[in-house]
Amino acid sequence: MQTPAPTDYVRATSVDDALAQLQKYGDEARIMAGGHSLIPMMRLRLARPEMLVDINDLDELKHIKIEGNEIVIGAMVRHREVLDSPILFEHYAAFRECEKVIADPVVRNRGTVGGSFCQADPAEDLSALGSALRGTVVIRNAQGSRTVPMREFHYGPYTTQVEDGEILTEIRIPIRPGAGSAYEKVERRIGDWAVASVGTFVVVKNGVVEDCGIGLAAVGAPHYSAPEAEAFLIGKEATEENLAQAAAIAADHCDPASDQRGPADYKKHLAKELTLRALRRSVQSSQGA
Amino acid sequence: MQVTMTINGESVTKECEPRTLLVHFIRDNVGLRGTHWGCDTSNCGTCVLWVDGEPVKSCTMFAAMADGREVTTVEGLEKNGQLDPIQQGFIECHGLQCGFCTPGMMMTGRWILDNNPHPSEEEIREGISGQLCRCTGYKNIVSAIQWAADHPAENEVKA
Amino acid sequence: MTAVEEVPLSAAGNPIGFGNMKRVEDQRFVRGQGNYVDDVNLPGMLHSAILRSPYAHARIKSIDTTAAEALPGVVAVITGKTLEGIPRPSLLGDNFAWMPTLSYDTQAVLATDKVRFQGQEVAYVIATDRYIAKDAVELIEVDYEALDPVMDAKKAMDAGAPVIRDDKGQTDNSITDVHGNKTWESGNAIGTAEAIEKAKNDPNCVVVTQEILYPRVHPAPMETCGAVSYLDKVTGQLTMYTTSQAPHAHRTVYAMVAGLPEHKIRIISPDIGGGFGNKVGVYPGYVLSVIGTIVTGKPVKWMEDRGENLMSTSFARDYHMTGTIAATKDGKILAVDVDVLADHGAFNGVAQPTNYPAGFFNIFSGSYDYPDAHCKVTPVYTNKAPGGVAYACSFRITEAAYVIERLVDCLAAEIEMDAADLRLKNLLRPEQFPYTSPTGWEYDSGEYEKTMRVAMEIAGYDELRKEQAEKRARGEYMGIGISFFTEGVGAGPRKDMDILGLGMADGIELRVHPTGKAVIRLSVQSQGQGHETTYAQIVAHELGIPPEDVEVVHGDTDQTPFGLGTYGSRSTPVSGAAAAVVSRKVRDRAKIVAAAALECSPDDLEWELGRWFVKGDKERGKTIQEIALLSHSSLELPEGVEGHLDATAVYNPPNLTYPYGCYICVVDVDPLTGQVKVRRFIAVDDCGTRINPMIVEGQVHGGLADGIGMALMELIAFDEDGNNLGGSFMDYLLPTAVECPDWELGETVTPSPHHPIGAKGVGESATVGSPAAVVNAVIDAISPFGVRHADMPLTPANVWRAIQGNNVRTDMAVE
Repeated sequence: MQTPAPTDYVRATSVDDALAQLQKYGDEARIMAGGHSLIPMMRLRLARPEMLVDINDLDELKHIKIEGNEIVIGAMVRHREVLDSPILFEHYAAFRECEKVIADPVVRNRGTVGGSFCQADPAEDLSALGSALRGTVVIRNAQGSRTVPMREFHYGPYTTQVEDGEILTEIRIPIRPGAGSAYEKVERRIGDWAVASVGTFVVVKNGVVEDCGIGLAAVGAPHYSAPEAEAFLIGKEATEENLAQAAAIAADHCDPASDQRGPADYKKHLAKELTLRALRRSVQSSQGA
Repeated sequence: MQVTMTINGESVTKECEPRTLLVHFIRDNVGLRGTHWGCDTSNCGTCVLWVDGEPVKSCTMFAAMADGREVTTVEGLEKNGQLDPIQQGFIECHGLQCGFCTPGMMMTGRWILDNNPHPSEEEIREGISGQLCRCTGYKNIVSAIQWAADHPAENEVKA
Repeated sequence: MTAVEEVPLSAAGNPIGFGNMKRVEDQRFVRGQGNYVDDVNLPGMLHSAILRSPYAHARIKSIDTTAAEALPGVVAVITGKTLEGIPRPSLLGDNFAWMPTLSYDTQAVLATDKVRFQGQEVAYVIATDRYIAKDAVELIEVDYEALDPVMDAKKAMDAGAPVIRDDKGQTDNSITDVHGNKTWESGNAIGTAEAIEKAKNDPNCVVVTQEILYPRVHPAPMETCGAVSYLDKVTGQLTMYTTSQAPHAHRTVYAMVAGLPEHKIRIISPDIGGGFGNKVGVYPGYVLSVIGTIVTGKPVKWMEDRGENLMSTSFARDYHMTGTIAATKDGKILAVDVDVLADHGAFNGVAQPTNYPAGFFNIFSGSYDYPDAHCKVTPVYTNKAPGGVAYACSFRITEAAYVIERLVDCLAAEIEMDAADLRLKNLLRPEQFPYTSPTGWEYDSGEYEKTMRVAMEIAGYDELRKEQAEKRARGEYMGIGISFFTEGVGAGPRKDMDILGLGMADGIELRVHPTGKAVIRLSVQSQGQGHETTYAQIVAHELGIPPEDVEVVHGDTDQTPFGLGTYGSRSTPVSGAAAAVVSRKVRDRAKIVAAAALECSPDDLEWELGRWFVKGDKERGKTIQEIALLSHSSLELPEGVEGHLDATAVYNPPNLTYPYGCYICVVDVDPLTGQVKVRRFIAVDDCGTRINPMIVEGQVHGGLADGIGMALMELIAFDEDGNNLGGSFMDYLLPTAVECPDWELGETVTPSPHHPIGAKGVGESATVGSPAAVVNAVIDAISPFGVRHADMPLTPANVWRAIQGNNVRTDMAVE
């Protein structure tokens, strides 16, 4: 089995302690949450941090709760806890649909929300959903904390606004009464990264789309998002024709790359088809709500 | 560094490197070789054991991360000379052939039943979907877990 | 055969003979007490790791091992140059840098001149710890001069193509076999060509030609390959714990490769975590662990990574086939011709044990009654990993079954005939057996239509077709795929088959202790097949002693007689027969002892399960246990008869056995995403007598999952630069429990007439037969879009592209 290069390890006792450790070891240190992105990369020796700061003990980052008009998800919340969360399911059924297709049950026992967001894999499902829901991300450093919109959080594949010496602590998702949501994914096999996936929410009032969000993974959508399609749909009647038009606009703004999961034209097609399917179900769910 | 954990109910302290993976710690440092490994990318699940009562892929965890925690391996399933129903189920239903994926499958199977004493076939299939078997085509693994569900140990009935 | 219910049970509740019996080996496996190669730890043992080439084709200009050697914990760093310096007293070359392949080609142990595939072995590090060995590998500096690689087999023979095997003085990339042939032809070339030509000109006939790729796949057992080798310099004994499906054959090969005396080599195959053909070949890693112990004087362990396993050890398939089928318009098959371009990678390591041209592939004429068939196989070198036979394929029968079963479906589409009707019209009839096929095989027994009818009945075939028609009318796409396959397994008759000159007969030994307990010693090697259970059942069946009274010893060349090992579904056909034969020898000896004890002539005795008795006087008899004790006692035996009951045998099969089956797959396809859901899979196998039906069914289940995998997701493709695109389990996808349906099995039992217990072997049947059923089902589902064929794997992308009319090469990088 492939094995990691030499490293060192420290277990943080609090967020402040973790930040202090990061200060102490500088840019050679890496935060380790669930480790399910980092450790495989270390085994393949694609990553070789000299110091690991383990934040698995930080209970202050393990909550899913409502604060005002937002759902707050701590960075150390495991994927399985998202999957099982009644709060998230109540407000956005898409969380359950999305989590069900992320990796596998055993990996979901360890992998964390914060880890997934920070890994910023272009095919990462939770990032696409977070982008669809126009969430925000809370980042802390020694000086304090700042809140960054999901759609500004990622600079690009594998790069985020979390700088050396910083920790992502929370994800915040606005609550939208009456919203319906859905998640659609095509994968080559269960547990595989997405060939393409789409998460959406729609708020329909009197047959008109009052608000909506579209997030896409693995199809080269900037910031996992499709703002042009959202702009088109908001204020329009929730008809099949309009949804299809929005889906087409979303796909038009994607620039997927061909790889062994599929050629670019297919992924672009999926962006459209899956957006349409997710929007349809979101509308139905919103209207039924 | 020195790492201490409870393994199958016994406290164990061993020297290892910070980079030592839990699967190697358990196999090489502690000498419990029932936990296997089969890939480099956290996909195969032959290394599944429990940390604090939950199945994890022990190739994707450093031994240091398990310091102070409770680890349960396949060797910990048998109690007082009595096989756990999940072990008996794998024998009864021919749920194994080469035996390599079996420890991981049993650890996850046991956990599925602990959380859901009567899972549907679909729930079982989804529950073991992070673990690969090349021999059985999974049908008899599913049957084995169902067998264990139908034959709980006397002191096992949980909420 | 005897019905399972009639077999008496032992005190432990096991059948004294054939029938379902819980496996003996499970007791240790469920406790985590299996003993696999990586579980072996010898005192003072060192670890090792291999540096592999990042290039598919490059010249090695220099290798600098200084930094690696300086790393604390590193014991030795070995390169091709080191190996060139170690003289080898062997006919197979004068140094250790090269070794023979299973096809009499040569393969580099460590590259000296060039690297010829990505992942090829370049240097070997031995260290005190497996992590340090990996650290040191990173510190070796190799200066490569990149060369253009040959990644497309179809371009391998182009003028000006880079020459891969310049080490052999080649000027092109053709492969020459041991008989001097560059192409392998089989069947009736002229007759087939004439029949096809005639059909083309006959308005009542059709000729259908289809290009069909069976892409490169990998057996990928859950346990990777590895070895622990130890040369005791005092005794000169080399002990090797290794993942080998064929320990005796490996011993002989090591004797030849390393020039070591064979009687000083002991190969131990402990528990093997799946093989599927992956653990048949001798790999450089194994040889290096031997060299490692020679160099260091310590035990050396080598365990490959999953990436190394997928990138360097024996792949399977990679056959580019063009099939042509001629038939009458009412569906009578007339002739089949198949032209194959075979990609063998950089070293010809294919295992081809037959002396027949085109080997086992020439069974492609399938299960149908027609006079003319011909195939031509042209192998070429490419800059890919060597191997070419693995993955439960019965030596290329998987490719053969796939091509004929796809062609039959293409024909059905062409003449608009139901795929089941077309098969039923052409299947061989019971009275034709033994049947000599157009390419010269003698199929031993079969009732094909009966088997197919059982499968259709389980499936509810007519109902399924009705449902399909209704669904199509409302725009839903379900497909029904059929595959009917015939295998030839149990290699094989010595006159026809050998590997590196080793004939394929298997030895066996049976000892019966004074108390009537028995020990049987096998040459074949379980990788999960349950030999410790089934061989005890064979002895129980023949001697009437409880199976729990029979210990099965295997996996240690010092403890077992010579034999060729377990692959090609050969254990039951060859060693299973040997077990029956040796048991009968014991029974015959027991008869003489019993006669002496009963003071009668052996001719007066009659056998019933477990006991000889005097004809007409059933009370007067001796059980096998009583006879065992008598045979060790002071009882006076007739002159010329030795004591004891122990016996040995060598079984040379008179023919192969021919298991067959009919598989039906039902899929639902979403044409807008290309996703395929396998809804049902019906498998009816006829493997003759079933020793342990539970184990037979388990074997079938596993092979069916292989079929789902190969048909839908498994693939090793390469990009133009030579990068392997299937080198991890993130990229090389194996099916999980979710993609596999709840298999529906049926059986018919047509015993082999020439096998002592009528058994045929089943280990590979499902892997051979299932891919075509899945692909046929998917193509059937999307046939309304005008699709007649698409190559595996039928990933969502490939299904969608097929529907768009845009079939692409699946063996190359997706563009």
